[in-house]
Amino acid sequence: MATTLPAPDTAPRPHLLRPDSTNCPGCAMSVGLQWLDEALGAATPTLVVPACCAAVTPGAFPASAYSVPTVATTFASAAAVATGIARVRELNGEADPTICWAGDGGTYDIGLATLSAAAERNEDVLYICYDNEIYGNTGGQRSSATPRGAKTSTTPRGKVEAKKDIMAIMAAHRLPYAATLSLAHRDDFLRKIRLALGMTGFRFLLMLSPCPAGWKSDPAESVELVRLAVACGLFPLYEVFDGERYRVNARPDGTPLDDYLRRQGRFRTVAPSMDELRAQVDREWARLDELARVFPATD
Amino acid sequence: MTRAVVTGNQAAGHALVAAGEANRAARGCGGGGYPITPQTEIIENVMAARFSKGNFTAVESEHSAMAVCIGTSLAGARSFTASSSNGLLYMTENVFAAGLARLPIVMAVANRTVGPPWNIWADHGDSLALRDAPWLQLYCDSHQDLVDTILLAFRVAEDPRVLLPVMVTEDGFLLSHTSMVVDLPPQDLVDAYLPPLDLALRMRADHPRTYGQIMSPRETQRHREEIQAAMERVPEVLEEAGAEFAHVFGRRPRGAFEAEHTADADTVLIAAGTTVSTLRRVVEERRSAGEKIGFVQLKLFRPFLRDELAQAIGAARRVAVLDRDHSSGSGGIMWNEIATSLRERPDVLLQGYIVGLGGGEVDPPLIDLVLDDFAGRERSQAPIFFPRLVT
Ligand SMILES: Cc1ncc(C[n+]2csc(CCOP(=O)(O)OP(=O)(O)O)c2C)c(N)n1
Ligand code: SF4
Ligand SMILES: [Mg+2]
Repeated sequence: MATTLPAPDTAPRPHLLRPDSTNCPGCAMSVGLQWLDEALGAATPTLVVPACCAAVTPGAFPASAYSVPTVATTFASAAAVATGIARVRELNGEADPTICWAGDGGTYDIGLATLSAAAERNEDVLYICYDNEIYGNTGGQRSSATPRGAKTSTTPRGKVEAKKDIMAIMAAHRLPYAATLSLAHRDDFLRKIRLALGMTGFRFLLMLSPCPAGWKSDPAESVELVRLAVACGLFPLYEVFDGERYRVNARPDGTPLDDYLRRQGRFRTVAPSMDELRAQVDREWARLDELARVFPATD
Repeated sequence: MTRAVVTGNQAAGHALVAAGEANRAARGCGGGGYPITPQTEIIENVMAARFSKGNFTAVESEHSAMAVCIGTSLAGARSFTASSSNGLLYMTENVFAAGLARLPIVMAVANRTVGPPWNIWADHGDSLALRDAPWLQLYCDSHQDLVDTILLAFRVAEDPRVLLPVMVTEDGFLLSHTSMVVDLPPQDLVDAYLPPLDLALRMRADHPRTYGQIMSPRETQRHREEIQAAMERVPEVLEEAGAEFAHVFGRRPRGAFEAEHTADADTVLIAAGTTVSTLRRVVEERRSAGEKIGFVQLKLFRPFLRDELAQAIGAARRVAVLDRDHSSGSGGIMWNEIATSLRERPDVLLQGYIVGLGGGEVDPPLIDLVLDDFAGRERSQAPIFFPRLVT
């Protein structure tokens, strides 16, 4: 039936993530949402969230911990629903950003074709993947973002395969901007989101998102884990412009891989071979350094 | 009116484009599309259109086609797409999501058999597989019926008393790829018929809401009850939309059920889609020969108006349903609904026939065979497939 709306709310926008979200204590995704809010300033984004923990974050209807217009979509649909929203907003001269906030399952796995197609069409969408390297919402099954060796409920003897390189896949779309985000590098994090918000076209940001529930880690250590992942070289911090020009933002500082791994129960029983893992990390860094040397980002 | 010789797909494309264009003074139009035979030309026609305020996205799958429609509709634009067969099944998850979100999307469907084994010809099993989704379903029997019904569909879908998406179907190839003379309404009349869409609950920054979040059992039941109530308001809205249509375009679109010659009929045939035009001819011939026979076009399948159906057959005591679909282990899908509708008519002998599967010919000789079979029956039995291949 016809609905009468109250007068528009002209007060300053409340924090994007209000209190009483359902996120677990120490969930890195909560911090990510808080920093996203900070980077946005006064802008009111439209959030598009596929099935994942972040679809549960707001709690149950009719209350919501999200203070901005948000739609929970089917699992594989975020980038396509965002396409529709962004296109109509553009038709109507509305400048505020359309942002996908998606888990790794909805990004690397079931939503990959949708994501790829939206990137290929260069839709005016900012896509942020909070990557907890697991299907958190369904209780911790493997995804193609799960790193080698990690124990999940569907890889009880540790995952055999390596983590998928989603950044390379996205860069192959020659999209305007792709970057990795670290919750241990606040200035870099905010700068990248602001930079992405200032651009048009499809932008992809990948945030490593420690999940105490799935990683069997101390909830107080989530940010520290990100710091260690960057420091030991497992999670490189870098940017790719137009899918072609690379800039490395932080280099490994010699921190042993084990400092990162041993703080997490998921690696405890079936720790990967340190030599193999070190060799793999070195290979990835050699590749990234070479790309940044041959195709440097100049600005 | 512009009279033109067009295919079903061109007719559907024209109606969708005109409806989208009619929303240029509001938030425009949009949607996503993906090719599949036999509907492909519809989305090609939509892509070729130059909207004053609108754009249509060529996506990578039907699942995303409906997802884009969900996005454009949530953002307040008049939204539409088209699909067929496996495309509809691939889209299914978002078909449900669109209906549950109460988005007034219109989808043209060129009915086609589901496979593999691949078969590109018409039967109704594809859209009928989606019968439990919160969508209205209207089955057309001619090119004109298709154009009129698509325009009508927007009016009904967007009515605040309904706010549900609508599927409008044409039989693949039989309508989609054949040409007829059709009245294609000019833009000014479509503008007059379809007012600017003002979706009260669209996404907006000044009224932030969370759509599709977790819902309790209690709220979920309420939500479904509201959808049921909206479905129950469809007859009155359809009636009004039809009257307004007649006022603007000067002809009356078909209603939920179109009964012909049922007033004095002993025997009534019921079917949907192009089978209806064949029935019309067979019934006319048999009536000239003195038979008391009539037929009912089942136009509106969702919501299914049980009481109206029971009335539509009049006093007939013998009713045969010709389903162009098959629910495995049950029978005809339409027959099932009709059997429920006639539960208070134990005097009626109701027999289900399954015809035209996989695009099999449903021509007058086949209808004659069905009627001959039916004439010899004193009791109904499990649904009978025609033509009879197994003896
Ligand atoms: C089509 C479909 N398949 C499966 C599910 C069940 N499901 C919901 S969330 C989810 C995993 C989400 O994982 P991810 O995207 O990594 O987000 P996270 O839960 O880790 O935040 C799954 C498998 C679903 N909702 N829809
Ligand atoms: S399961 Fe993990 S990602 Fe999900 S809310 Fe809990 S900590 Fe966060
Ligand atoms: Mg995850």
